[in-house]
Amino acid sequence: MTSDRMPTPESLRILHAARSDEVVITTMSTAREWTELPPHPLDFVYVPSSMGQASSLGLGMALAQPNRRIVVCNGDGCTLMNLGSLVSITAAAPKNLVLLVFDNEVYEITGGQGTAAAQQRRADGASLNYAEMARACGFQKVHVIESCQQWQEQVELLLSEEGPVFGWLKVAPVPGGAGPRSPGPGPERARSFAAALQGNQPKP
Amino acid sequence: MGKLVQTDEHHIYQDKEIVSLLEEIGITHVVWVPDSTLGLWETALVSSPAIELVSVCREGEAWAVAAGLHLGGSKPLVIIQCTGLFESGDALRNVLHDYQLPLYGLIGYRSYLNSESLPGDSCLLFTEPVLKAWNVESRFIDSVEKKHLFKEHYLQCQQEDRAGVTLLAEGRA
Repeated sequence: MTSDRMPTPESLRILHAARSDEVVITTMSTAREWTELPPHPLDFVYVPSSMGQASSLGLGMALAQPNRRIVVCNGDGCTLMNLGSLVSITAAAPKNLVLLVFDNEVYEITGGQGTAAAQQRRADGASLNYAEMARACGFQKVHVIESCQQWQEQVELLLSEEGPVFGWLKVAPVPGGAGPRSPGPGPERARSFAAALQGNQPKP
Repeated sequence: MGKLVQTDEHHIYQDKEIVSLLEEIGITHVVWVPDSTLGLWETALVSSPAIELVSVCREGEAWAVAAGLHLGGSKPLVIIQCTGLFESGDALRNVLHDYQLPLYGLIGYRSYLNSESLPGDSCLLFTEPVLKAWNVESRFIDSVEKKHLFKEHYLQCQQEDRAGVTLLAEGRA
């Protein structure tokens, strides 16, 4: 099953290639892979993080900057830690927010233990369905991405349609994947990112 | 079921009063999980043309949402109860200390003014020590005579680009 899932690095390369002036928030394993790619002033590498809070951070940015597209690259473990944020997001319903869940079914950087939503940790052996979770929490634009080809074909749609948008990307864990490293001191990066976010406002 | 009305003398701020104050100091967004004291402000908050009320499901979200709002140029205020302070510790740690964002919180101090309403409420044991442990400068309002402290401290923190909290004594659970 794992070998049928998208390679995480490739899935992020596809997003990176499609991205223009969107804000991209990465965290945990997505941050590790994203920092291997050429940086952009509107990248926010959320490392160090409070695990699970990337979705909420993105919500705040989306509300403050309604003319900017905000893309959150969340993990499945992170999503489970803050499931309520799915409801908070749809309550505010920012049209410019895209929440992508890169689901590898494990806590990768702690050694690959299965999350409580993964089939290997569930009594009935069936993984939970993040798309159904998202719909139940009020998302109306919900996409399930199961291959690089499909992601290549749909990434532009997810980055452009009226949100909030939820994308469930089924990816494979990176064996022995290391923890993400912060690309620099948090306070300094926050200030420079804020300056980039607040400057050169895009047209409505 | 009708809405709660603010008739208890243990409410230090009246609803329209606090919202007017928030407008005066430039708050653009209130990010909250209401309690039975702070929740009485809802109608006034929703009615404010200057303030957007953002509801979250758990208090940890509030700090992260406020962080995103701040980074985007808005002026957020986190409003939660002390129980939410306890719950949201890791989120608070991250945005106030890892990123040193100058966020501000107004935190309701449950049972402080009428501890008989919840005998043995452990909030009375833990609220002040936990706030101190998180190393956030704070002001404590436990009477109407101290109401000025919130605005003064908020503006001082904003001017000095640092985080802060006002602890607001409450008279009910």
